[in-house]
Amino acid sequence: MAEHPLPQPDVAREWLHTMMLIRRFEERAGEMYAKAKVGGFLHLAIGEEATIVGSGRAMLDGDYLISTYRSHGHALVRGTPANAVMAELFGRVDGCSNGRGGSMHMFDLQRRFMGGYGIVGGNLPIAAGFGLASDYLGTGDATVCMFGDGASNQGTFGETMNLAALWSLPVVFMVTNNQYGMGTALERHSAVTDLQVKGEGFGVPGLECDGMDVLDTFHVTSEALRIAREECRPVLVEAITYRFRGHSMADPEEYRTKEQVAEWRKRDPIGMFGDRLVAENVLSEDERAELDARSVATVDEAVAFADASPHPEPESLYDDVYVLGGQVQGWYSLDERTPTPHRGEDERAMVGREITDTTHYDGAVRSTSGAIGGSGAGPADDAQATGKVASAPNEAGDRDDRRSAHAVEAAGEH
Amino acid sequence: MATVEHKPADSSERPARAIRYREALNEALREEMKRDETVMLMGEDIGVFNGAFKVTAGLLEEFGEKRVRDTPISENTIVGMGVGAAMIGLRPVVELMTINFSLLAMDQIVNHAAHIRYMFGGQVSVPLVVRMPQGAGHQLGPTHSHCFEALFVHVPGLLVAVPSTPADAKGLLKAAIRDDNPVVFIEHEYLYGQRGEVPEGDDHIVDFGRAAIRREGSDVTIVGISRMAITAEKAAKVLAAEHEIEAEVIDPRTLRPLDLDTICASVRKTNRCVIVEEGWPHGGVGANLAALIQEHVFDDLDAPVGRVTGADVPMPYSKPLEQIAFPHEPQVVDAVLATFRDA
Repeated sequence: MAEHPLPQPDVAREWLHTMMLIRRFEERAGEMYAKAKVGGFLHLAIGEEATIVGSGRAMLDGDYLISTYRSHGHALVRGTPANAVMAELFGRVDGCSNGRGGSMHMFDLQRRFMGGYGIVGGNLPIAAGFGLASDYLGTGDATVCMFGDGASNQGTFGETMNLAALWSLPVVFMVTNNQYGMGTALERHSAVTDLQVKGEGFGVPGLECDGMDVLDTFHVTSEALRIAREECRPVLVEAITYRFRGHSMADPEEYRTKEQVAEWRKRDPIGMFGDRLVAENVLSEDERAELDARSVATVDEAVAFADASPHPEPESLYDDVYVLGGQVQGWYSLDERTPTPHRGEDERAMVGREITDTTHYDGAVRSTSGAIGGSGAGPADDAQATGKVASAPNEAGDRDDRRSAHAVEAAGEH
Repeated sequence: MATVEHKPADSSERPARAIRYREALNEALREEMKRDETVMLMGEDIGVFNGAFKVTAGLLEEFGEKRVRDTPISENTIVGMGVGAAMIGLRPVVELMTINFSLLAMDQIVNHAAHIRYMFGGQVSVPLVVRMPQGAGHQLGPTHSHCFEALFVHVPGLLVAVPSTPADAKGLLKAAIRDDNPVVFIEHEYLYGQRGEVPEGDDHIVDFGRAAIRREGSDVTIVGISRMAITAEKAAKVLAAEHEIEAEVIDPRTLRPLDLDTICASVRKTNRCVIVEEGWPHGGVGANLAALIQEHVFDDLDAPVGRVTGADVPMPYSKPLEQIAFPHEPQVVDAVLATFRDA
C-alpha cells in the first residue's frame, strides 16, 4: 500500500492524540468494568483506533456518524467530551445518553454522532434514512455508517445496499473488518471474505483501506465521502483491522491464538503513526510522551467526573418514553399497569391543557409522593418538565446547557 | 386515569359527506402532505400501482416521486429508513402491505422506533407513522389475515391507533402524522370499502386517547376493537330487539394511549362488560383490558368481564372455517347473555 504524505504537523499531532485518548479511555473503561463501576456489556475497540480516527477526520462537522455497540471511540472522535462518555458508562445523569443507553447506546446529537446501536445490522437502514433526509432536504450532508464484518451477513445489509444505490443516497458504509463476528472467524461466517465486493451486486462500489493506518483510512474515506457528496451515491469501504482485546469483557478468546494477536499488535496503529511522526520530526519523543500523558489526564478527569455525577433520580424513570404535549399528555395516559400511580407522576407537567378530572388518582398520588420522600413535586420540577416539552423535538438545547455546566473539555482536545 | 380538556373544535358538528374509509385515509395523507413539505410516503407499490388497497391512489401523480416513493420489498429496511429520516427532520409515513409483514420490520419498530428517544436520553424524537391493514375475511390464509394490535400495545414508546370508521381513520391519521411520537396505525382490510360520514374541511383531527361511545345503553358495556366495534354495534341491535338488553358500545379508537376513563365510567353504569377483538385470546388486548377493568372497577362488576376473541389458531383458508375463526354478532350476543346468567 502506497505511503501517504503526512498532513500538516498540527493535524497529524491531533490525530495521534485522539487515537491515544481513545486507547487510554478504553483501557480505563476496562478497568472500571473490572471494578464494577461499569455494568452490562463493554465492547472495546482497542486496536481499531486508526479506523475510527481516519474515517472520523475525513468527515465534515455537518456529516452524520452512526455506529454500533462498539462506539466509545466514535463518540470521542466526534468531540463528545470524555467526561460525558465515561459518565454514560457509569450510568450517570451527565452521561451522553443521560444514563439511559450505556456502553452500547452512546449518542450526541449536537455533534451529529447519531448513536451506537445494540442490534447487529440494525443501524444500516437508519443510516440510509439519514441519507434520504439529507438528500430530500438538500442539505449536502453525508453520512458515515460503521458496522462490523458480522453485520454484513444480516438481511439489512443487502436491503440497505440496494435501497441506497437505487435512491442514490449520500452514505458511506464502512465495514470494520476486525476478522471476527464475536468469536466466529471471517472465513467461517462469510462465504465471500473480500467484504468490499459484497455491495457490488447491489450497485454499491467498494473500496478498501488499511484500517491500521490512520492516513490510508483518512484518504480512502475522504474519496468515498467525495463520491457520496459530489456524485450523490453510496460507497462501501472495507477497513481491514483487528481488535486486540476480546469481543467484550466477557470473552475468554478461545477462538484465536496468542501468536495471531501478537502478530497484529506489531502493527499497532498508534505505535506505527507515532513512530512515523517522530521519524519525520513532526514531534519529539518527549512530545509524544506528553500527548499520551495528556490523554491519561483527560481520562483521569473523566473517571472522577463520572464518579461524582449523580445516578438518575427514580422520578426520571418515565422521562422521554414519549414526547409530551401532542397526543400524549403524560406518562400516566399510557401506563395502565395498576390504579396506583408510579413514582414520578407528581413531576409530569400538563402542557397547554388542564387536568379536569383527577378523581381516580387523587388520593393515591399524595400517598405515593409521601412514600418517596415527597421529592420532586415542587414548582421547579414542573418548570423543568415544561421546558423540556416546550423545546423543539430535535433540538438538544437543554442537553447542551448541561454539558457546558458540567463538562470541561481537556486542554488540547480538539 | 386523568381526563384532559381537548382543544380542537368539535368537527362532528360540521357538514359531512359519506366517503369510503380508504378515501378518508387518502384525504388525510393528501391534506397533510399539502400542509407540511416534510411529510413523505414510502411503501411497496404505493405509487405507480396506487397502493395494494388504493389508499395512496393519485398521490404519486399529485406530489411526485420525491415525496411518494415505491420501495423494494424490504419491510425492515424501509421502516428503518423512516426512523432515520424522522430523526433528522422528515415526517415519513411508511405503508406495510399487511400487518403480517410488519413482523419482518419488528426490529426497527420495537428496538429502534420505539426506543431511540428513551435510550438516547431524549435528544431526538421519531415522528414516524407506520400504516398497515389487518383482519380476516378475504380467504388469505395464515400469513395475510391476522390481527396483531396486541403485539404493538405491548411496547412502550409506540402509539397505537385502530380506527373503525372513515371519520376516525381520517382524523386519527392526521393527528398521527402531526405528532412527534412513532405511531403504529392499524387499518382494517374489511373496512376499506365501508362508507361513513366525514366532516368537511382539512382540519378534522381526532385526538388519541379518546374513546367513542357508538351507542348508549344502561345494561352492559361492549368494547369493540378495530373492526369489532362495528360487529359490537350490530350485536347491540340484536340484543335490544330480541333480548331487551340495552348495550353501550365503546370504540377505544386508540389503544396507546387508552381512554380507560370512558370505559370504566360506562362499566360503573352498566355493571357488566364484554370485550370483542379479532386477535388471539392469549395475551390479547381483551386480556389486558379485562385486567385493567377489574383493577379499577371490580366492586361495580356484577359478572366476570367477558371476552370474545378470534380462535386460537393460525387463520385457515377455507371459507367456512375462516368465518368461524373470527367473531360475529351471535358470539357477542352469547357472551353478553352469559354475563346475565351468572348474575
